[in-house]
Amino acid sequence: MAEKMELREVEVWDGNHAAAQALRQVQVDVVAAYPITPSTPIVEGYAKFLADGYVEGEFVMVESEHAAMSGCIGASAAGGRVATATSSQGLALMVETLYQAAGMRLPIILNIVNRALAAPLNVNGDHSDMYLCRDSGWIQLNAFSPQGAYDLNFIAFKISEDHDIRIPSIINQDGFMTSHTAQGVATLDDDTAFNFVGEFKPMNDMLDLEHPVTHGVQAEEDWHFEHKARQHNDMMTKVMPKIEKTFAEFEALTGRKYSVVESYDMEDAELCVVCTGTSVETARVVATQLRADGIKAGVVGIRVFRPFPFEQIAAALDGIKAVAVLDRSAPGGAPGALFNEISSALYSRDNRPLISGYIYGLGGRDLTRAHLVDLYSELQANADAGKVLTPLQQFIGVRGPKLSYL
Amino acid sequence: MAFNYDKYLRLEKMPTLWCWGCGDGVILKAFIRAIVKMGWSQDDVCVVSGIGCSGRFSSYVDFNTIHTTHGRTVAYATGVKLAFPDKHVICVAGDGDALAIGGNHTIHACRRNIDITFIVINNFIYGLTNSQTSPTTPKGMWTVTQKIGNIDPTFDGCDLAIASGASFVARESMLEPKKLEKIFVKAFEHKGFAYLDILSNCHINLGRKNKMVSAMANLEWIDSITISKKKYDAMSKEEQLNLFPTGVLHHDDEADEYCDMNREIQKAHQGLRSKITQDDFAKKI
Repeated sequence: MAEKMELREVEVWDGNHAAAQALRQVQVDVVAAYPITPSTPIVEGYAKFLADGYVEGEFVMVESEHAAMSGCIGASAAGGRVATATSSQGLALMVETLYQAAGMRLPIILNIVNRALAAPLNVNGDHSDMYLCRDSGWIQLNAFSPQGAYDLNFIAFKISEDHDIRIPSIINQDGFMTSHTAQGVATLDDDTAFNFVGEFKPMNDMLDLEHPVTHGVQAEEDWHFEHKARQHNDMMTKVMPKIEKTFAEFEALTGRKYSVVESYDMEDAELCVVCTGTSVETARVVATQLRADGIKAGVVGIRVFRPFPFEQIAAALDGIKAVAVLDRSAPGGAPGALFNEISSALYSRDNRPLISGYIYGLGGRDLTRAHLVDLYSELQANADAGKVLTPLQQFIGVRGPKLSYL
Repeated sequence: MAFNYDKYLRLEKMPTLWCWGCGDGVILKAFIRAIVKMGWSQDDVCVVSGIGCSGRFSSYVDFNTIHTTHGRTVAYATGVKLAFPDKHVICVAGDGDALAIGGNHTIHACRRNIDITFIVINNFIYGLTNSQTSPTTPKGMWTVTQKIGNIDPTFDGCDLAIASGASFVARESMLEPKKLEKIFVKAFEHKGFAYLDILSNCHINLGRKNKMVSAMANLEWIDSITISKKKYDAMSKEEQLNLFPTGVLHHDDEADEYCDMNREIQKAHQGLRSKITQDDFAKKI
């Protein structure tokens, strides 16, 4: 048996350490990993806990991120509880195998510490890598703080490993802003944490020699479509209720409430900023500040990115006058990824708000309170005029002449 | 007069990101001196680097440079060389770059024997990400991912390069800058794929975990594991264990070079190709 670790009620952890502690507490069987800034300390943390006897499992230092996820898939297919972590370029290399994991219905947990994609080479945070695996068939939960990085790991294991679900999960956290910034994290003791997730019960595992199985067989035009449709169907119908149920169970256990869409000051809001990651907390500070001046500002944070909370977004933004969607990734010749999805969630609603998009924070550029104050005043102008006065896509905080499109 | 490196460096990028006492600076200087010895124009040289501490090479030297993705240096460089066979293409990679994530590219570049110099700065560890086990980390050493000792067998990149078909394979350490400069010159002069295993110290991320806290202690360890090829060859198998021979380990001047072969086959088929008309092609189908 692995040794137990005594934790204080509140520990000072950064997002990486919080995630590593969660991997220890659920007693992950196998971690296959390759180092990359800024996610390395997660898997390094697991290796350390393993060496010190705090977890019973295996750690393999493989030769690339592609091999890391491949190793995880093998271990998961064999019947183990499996997790790893990566960022940016590493994730880009891993993408091929992400589709494999989802298609084989293997409940692997991947912690992604979001970072910009080269070129130019950059190790700082943005969400470009998050969108690389947008259509890979993985559940995606977004942490806004180290506390979220810790809690969402337990929630993700519980969702993914449910025999009705069996879909792998990604937990996103912002590079450096969350991963390397230490804050108070309310902890669970080892037994409570483990019992919340429960003993891992594999399904269709290769180590059940009485019932040998095959994973990932070829299915051409005869059956491929049905497999993909079933996979999509489960994402669209089964996963969201399971996420909501698990959030409720986690709240009952810890008192910490998570929602698919995190609404802040939205009851009577007229202006709203929608974003994800650490920016949600910045936007909340600004909204509170503006409320003091009589401006009805609210914030919606995207907690679950996949499956996309179509209904919940539409409900949260119902009756709002003007909405700004903030995307932290290079749009590459299109409106932002979040902007597109939120627009599509709102389009068929009668009471849809005015919507505009902003690109910000690429490669670790700060999003300041001043930026957001300006943004809310643009929203106010749109709301007063009853139409969008600004271009649909603007860039925040980039040097040189102001950039705007559409 | 002391050698002035300024002309060959991007001075605005100084100081380097490398830690105090890191061997990479010695390698950088020997590299520049060797290029100057060759009499090459800066504009005729292309330096391609990967990711890791060694990856910074391409930022610091004032030649044509590409900073690529992790492990793919030699794949990018192959493209450069095929486009400009007359230019001097040099890759700088780390041990993780060349032998782990990019190992496959290394094998195939050796196999093709394309005229590229592949400098592998081997510090036995993933240094930039703080001390994870790399393919060259000696068995038994401590790292942050194998805190109670590395169980992976020690790996010799030169053996791999020779077996894969590289026509020039050599090893030196940063302990002897003059020898380093000479080996660089020999590799640059060689026509074909040159694989250089250049041992460097990482007292910060290898040393601290393995009782070699100072640069000197790390260098003394490197000194203790290296021996000239001549002496190495005279040893018994048991004596050779855990030692790395230095100097030129393999040199084949006769091997066909990839760009030459490419040029020849293009030339040989030039006449033929124009004679085949579209009608001939249709008839064949």
